[in-house]
Amino acid sequence: MLTDLTIEQARAGLRAGDFTAVELTMAHLHAIEVLNPRLNAYLDVRHDRALDQARAADAALAAGDARALTGIPLAIKDLFCTAGVRTTAGSKILEPFVPPYESTVTANLLRDGAVFLGKTNMDEFAMGSSNMTSAYGPVENPWKRRQDESAVLVPGGSSGGSAAAVAARLALGATGTDTGGSIRQPASFCGLVGVKPTYGRCSRWGVVAFASSLDHPGPFARTVRDGAILLGSMAGHDPKDSTSADVPVPDWEAACTRSVQGLRIGVPREYRMDGMPSEIDALWRQGLDWLRDAGAEIVEVSLPHTKYGLAAYYVVAPAEASSNLARYDGVRFGARTDGAELRDLYERTRANGFGSEVRRRIMIGTYVLSAGYYDAYYLRAQKVRALILQDFTEAFGRVDALLTPTAPSAAFGQGEKMDDPITMYLNDVFTVPANLAGVPGISVPAGLDPNGLPLGLQVLAKPFDEATMFTVAAALERAAGFDALPTLRAGGEG
Amino acid sequence: MSLDPATVRRIASLARIRVEEAEVATLQNELNGILAWIEQLNEVNVDGVTPLTGGAQMALKLREDVVTDGGYPDQVLGNAPDRIGDFYAVPKVVE
Amino acid sequence: MSYTIQGRTGEWELVVGLEVHAQVISQAKLFSGAPTAFGAEPNSQVSFVDAAFPGMLPVLNRFCVEQAVRTGLGLQARINPVSRFDRKNYFYADLPPGYQISQYEHPIVGTGSIEIELADGSTREIGVTRLHLEQDAGKSIHDQHPTKSLIDLNRAGVALMEIVSEPDIRSPEEAGAYLRKLRSILRYLGTCDGNMEEGSMRADVNVSVRKHGEPYRTRCEVKNVNSVRFVMQAIEAEAARQVAVWEDGGAVMQETRLFDPGRGETRSMRSKEDAHDYRYFPDPDLPLLVLDEAWIETLRDSLPELPDAKKARFMQEYGLSAYDAGVLVAEQATALFYETVARGRDPKIAANWVTGDFFAALNRTGRGIEDPPVSAVALGQLLDLMADGTINGRIAKDVFEAMIETGKDPGAIVAEKGLRQVTDTGAIDAAVDAILAANADKVAEYRGGKDKLFGFFVGQTMKAMAGKGNPALINETLKRKLAG
Repeated sequence: MLTDLTIEQARAGLRAGDFTAVELTMAHLHAIEVLNPRLNAYLDVRHDRALDQARAADAALAAGDARALTGIPLAIKDLFCTAGVRTTAGSKILEPFVPPYESTVTANLLRDGAVFLGKTNMDEFAMGSSNMTSAYGPVENPWKRRQDESAVLVPGGSSGGSAAAVAARLALGATGTDTGGSIRQPASFCGLVGVKPTYGRCSRWGVVAFASSLDHPGPFARTVRDGAILLGSMAGHDPKDSTSADVPVPDWEAACTRSVQGLRIGVPREYRMDGMPSEIDALWRQGLDWLRDAGAEIVEVSLPHTKYGLAAYYVVAPAEASSNLARYDGVRFGARTDGAELRDLYERTRANGFGSEVRRRIMIGTYVLSAGYYDAYYLRAQKVRALILQDFTEAFGRVDALLTPTAPSAAFGQGEKMDDPITMYLNDVFTVPANLAGVPGISVPAGLDPNGLPLGLQVLAKPFDEATMFTVAAALERAAGFDALPTLRAGGEG
Repeated sequence: MSLDPATVRRIASLARIRVEEAEVATLQNELNGILAWIEQLNEVNVDGVTPLTGGAQMALKLREDVVTDGGYPDQVLGNAPDRIGDFYAVPKVVE
Repeated sequence: MSYTIQGRTGEWELVVGLEVHAQVISQAKLFSGAPTAFGAEPNSQVSFVDAAFPGMLPVLNRFCVEQAVRTGLGLQARINPVSRFDRKNYFYADLPPGYQISQYEHPIVGTGSIEIELADGSTREIGVTRLHLEQDAGKSIHDQHPTKSLIDLNRAGVALMEIVSEPDIRSPEEAGAYLRKLRSILRYLGTCDGNMEEGSMRADVNVSVRKHGEPYRTRCEVKNVNSVRFVMQAIEAEAARQVAVWEDGGAVMQETRLFDPGRGETRSMRSKEDAHDYRYFPDPDLPLLVLDEAWIETLRDSLPELPDAKKARFMQEYGLSAYDAGVLVAEQATALFYETVARGRDPKIAANWVTGDFFAALNRTGRGIEDPPVSAVALGQLLDLMADGTINGRIAKDVFEAMIETGKDPGAIVAEKGLRQVTDTGAIDAAVDAILAANADKVAEYRGGKDKLFGFFVGQTMKAMAGKGNPALINETLKRKLAG
């Protein structure tokens, strides 16, 4: 089936003329039509526009002008502004918003010939780990528990729609953003590869901001190599983003074929936490064995401040968000709720437009920055953040990459972990430190839990050394031979 | 540090989010729960640590002083919920 | 003779600090590529960055940084090699992102000073606490619609330098002198046009009063005062109000106030009352601003001669009084005009003409020094005609008026109108003889000791010669003939 292809295979097939970009796109649009009403992965499907892009891709292929992604159908997280296409960030407050501009990352993908199928569902303003905070309804994880196929599981979040779409074969790849784990955690929950590159690798210009110093655009794919292909297109210096790094983009596809022979892989002992499910611990040990067998040296390292990462994150991210989201005031764009006075208009617009999790985080962020509390919360959190970066810097003085679990559990059911916010926040315990430090990370599907749900392992590398990250991830992928399929997928029994 | 209802109202007001009286108690509990959990940061010795303020470990890059943008009032105003001519419109503000 | 306010309970001292917002002269805005020109159609000079659309990011304008550094150097201030942009969070309709990008903890420029001159000839140093870069807000228009305020974002994002003084100012006069001096320095540097009426330079005035020898009392901030005169009036009004509050047993509350020039009083500004918790934090979109020391030195080396240095040079090189030199250097264009006139001529005569007849002509014609009614070159030619005896000083005034009217050069006017000075002793003798003969009675009085009549004879003779007589020759001839 065309929808089962990897990007690498589809690219070869298109160039060989085995099928056309229009056929490939049509196959995906058809699959979306069948499955999306149930999964709710896409908020907006751009049927006509996708076919126009596919026709242009076929013309380019015919003219011998194929680029890196010519004719490859992708899903775009609805946090990326897309010119002329509604962009909601999963929020009611942006329901009517149509950006007149294209984000740098999606513009790079279009430059390379990609076809955009539509915009995907997400936690509101990327605040969540389950996709349950979307104003447009939850997303169903295409994976099912063996024992209980009726239970509806979450795809993870915040990029839940993108993850579900790629897992269910409703796109060959997708964009996501990762602020505390929002690519890697849903990748782990959906049996995908999810890449959070180094901070500064992918431009944030045109991506609706959640927490500017932590937001990282990155790709979802079904193989490590596809992840490398997509990131290669998305990355690059952007003068419109002052935090974008002016460094060359190496050949990451080549990195996927290199050996881990001689690489030193660190095992951070602090990631072995009390109460971690035994299957995750077992998978982690398995992953280390695979790398050892492939010639890598395993070294125990210490990241002593890891346990404080989440608390620091839940100060820094809400603080930045409280400021970043001040622009949603009902004056220049988005939804407005009228009020007698300007203040009243602001307060009603924001109370009605934001969901409860977003309101909560804005209030926490407002509080930790307010007079008298800044030093105790915000400044202290930034100091802890400095210590977390220092932990990584010291560890990377001894090793080339780190291996950890991606998430402390497999996908959970919709409605679970909703009792109090902190239970949900704990999902990000293994992913958040990389956001605080800005180091690159990737989640690779490595095995199944006793319920048959996918589990991912995370590889972290030095800043701007995604190449080593891809090398290690590809070695894991080869060793794991992960070939399980989700229940709900194009052409599947769902 | 625990929030009282007045502080909850003050924060909501600073953040320009309308909070109904009935919501204050729930919010107070949720926010206090989160803040109590955050208190664990107090266990960390941060003496002499320089705070890490951003994600990018680099110096700021500068652009040249050239006009490259603007001149599209229709696009700037195209998403506005209320406009009068080429102005955004809001309820009258008394200074 | 320091300034005091006489209250019922005794004398009060005034304590004033000024925060000046100076719009930076640049083509594009501080963080966006939209233009800065004044007076364009509403919302036509607005980028998506200025309107704070989702996903938009700031990128700093190098030239604005340069302008701030040059201004700092002009204020003899410390330039901070590392500075930082912070967000100042508050909601307002003309502040699209809900925060202003400013510099709070780490400004680009640290402490400096400004020397001011007072009417009695004394000078004082006023400390400058800091200068930082920040964004201007848009404009809210409240009087165009019965129920709505209209928002124009053309000004949103234009670069401002906020220049904060120490509370060193002790009188309205000092405040005025500080503002004029600061404006002069900014204009010399070309970093701000200093136009307070158009709002490209605005002052917030912090005022408090105290009894002599006391620590500072509570201050009030009078916001957005838009002329030097109003600043001086606002200080007087606010100080008087505060003295009255204290003397009535009350306490001055720290607050933001507005000056109403019509009523000559300040009033409390309600809309800003709850905006005091600005929640400053480092802008995560902008890494630290790091300046290259060598670049700073290049800027220092390329600074123009500033008013204080120029004044000293004018006094030393041209022998001018402190007062004349001060007047001539206040504007760079005036100083340049003067030096063009004075070059190769008598510098004091040049100064008298520039500060006298020429300034009067500027006032009368309503023209500025950039577009003068008489060019510096033409005025210099006029001075040459006097110096070589072609015309006398009296005729020169007429020629100057004709230059204003016709725009012709002085030589042509003298030739056309036959204004060349008469130095023919025969003609002067004849004129003097005729005047003495016609005023025999006055001649007798003069000879009887009424010396003051000499001026009368000079005037009559000059009049008879249509003003063209050489004054020295007339004097000499009269003295000789009257001596009999």
